[in-house]
Amino acid sequence: MSNTSWQNLTRGILRENPIFVMMLGMCPTLGVTTSAMNGLGMGLATLFVLILSNTLISSVKNFIPETVRIPCYIVIIASCVTIIDMLMAAYTPVIYGALGLYIPLIVVNCIILGRAESFAAHNTVGQSILDAIGMGLGFTLSLTILGLVREMLGAYSAFGYSFASETAEPLLLFIMPPGAFLALAGLMLIFNKLKGQK
Amino acid sequence: MIFIAAIFVNNIILSQFLGICPFLGVSKKISTAIGMGCAVMFVMTLSAIVTHLVYYQLLVPFNLMYMQTVAFILVIAALVQMVEIILKKTAPILYQALGIFLPLITTNCAVLGVAILAIQKDYGLLSAVCFNLANALGFTLAIVLFAGIRERLDRAGVPEALKGAPIALITAGLLSMAFIGFSGVGN
Repeated sequence: MSNTSWQNLTRGILRENPIFVMMLGMCPTLGVTTSAMNGLGMGLATLFVLILSNTLISSVKNFIPETVRIPCYIVIIASCVTIIDMLMAAYTPVIYGALGLYIPLIVVNCIILGRAESFAAHNTVGQSILDAIGMGLGFTLSLTILGLVREMLGAYSAFGYSFASETAEPLLLFIMPPGAFLALAGLMLIFNKLKGQK
Repeated sequence: MIFIAAIFVNNIILSQFLGICPFLGVSKKISTAIGMGCAVMFVMTLSAIVTHLVYYQLLVPFNLMYMQTVAFILVIAALVQMVEIILKKTAPILYQALGIFLPLITTNCAVLGVAILAIQKDYGLLSAVCFNLANALGFTLAIVLFAGIRERLDRAGVPEALKGAPIALITAGLLSMAFIGFSGVGN
């Protein structure tokens, strides 16, 4: 694998991490991460939409007139989301129920349109797929970590397995909406601190 | 009742996490926050009427409910564009005030989210409009409050690692905690 391909793949995971560095796609990030499992589910759903939309957009980019490209991208993305929506409803009904409204909202997730506009529209299909995988993995990873932190503090469990006694009272706040903001603020603080040291 | 519940108890930003991007993005000054709030109110109320009609007059008769996402996003994008053109022609002053915020609304997930929620809750046309208007008011309230706090924050000494996003998120967390105090009011 050449150097640029490798860079396109790994860039999204840490250096240009969509959540911690670019702050894109915050709505699902905060909304669904009440548990690690939900975070993982949402991350994977976004990953697949991203791969699908980047592939399609970079392969038809030469046929789309410059002036109407954004509406075209949105239609392509919305179709991809509808496909994932139906697949998830059929095969993973539990996660689908937990994520609810946020699945159709992947359409307006800034990451997807952002990558389409800034990467897939100017690069080859292969590179766009690599970029999508990298960005999607970065997103999934961040969501899973955030979900894990909130679940461990707010429910004393990890991926659904409880690790505290029945009588222990967890910090319920972290599963409630304010906890989402506070947990993400904490994680970003750590991320900034580590980045400052390098 | 729909009104109060949507503004305070289920505040769209602070408890449902819709529209976080503009919430964090354009909340550095109170004046821009008010502009964004007004633009959202305008589009959200209009989109309530249009998406409601599209869903019940077009998608349901043809059994095309699964096209909901695609149809709604197109309707909203077209609506935003139309509002922009009409305002430019008929109300230039309003257009100048809302101008830069209008295109941003297309990718504001609050508008699409509320449109889908109104359909999911089986509201009639009138309650759907009420529901959307109330949510838009809730959006405006939250973003203006948040901008007010952030204006003050600029002058406070914030530790280096907390600057920017983390301190904004902590502020939002505290604001959201305050709004939890309203839970139970609607019942």
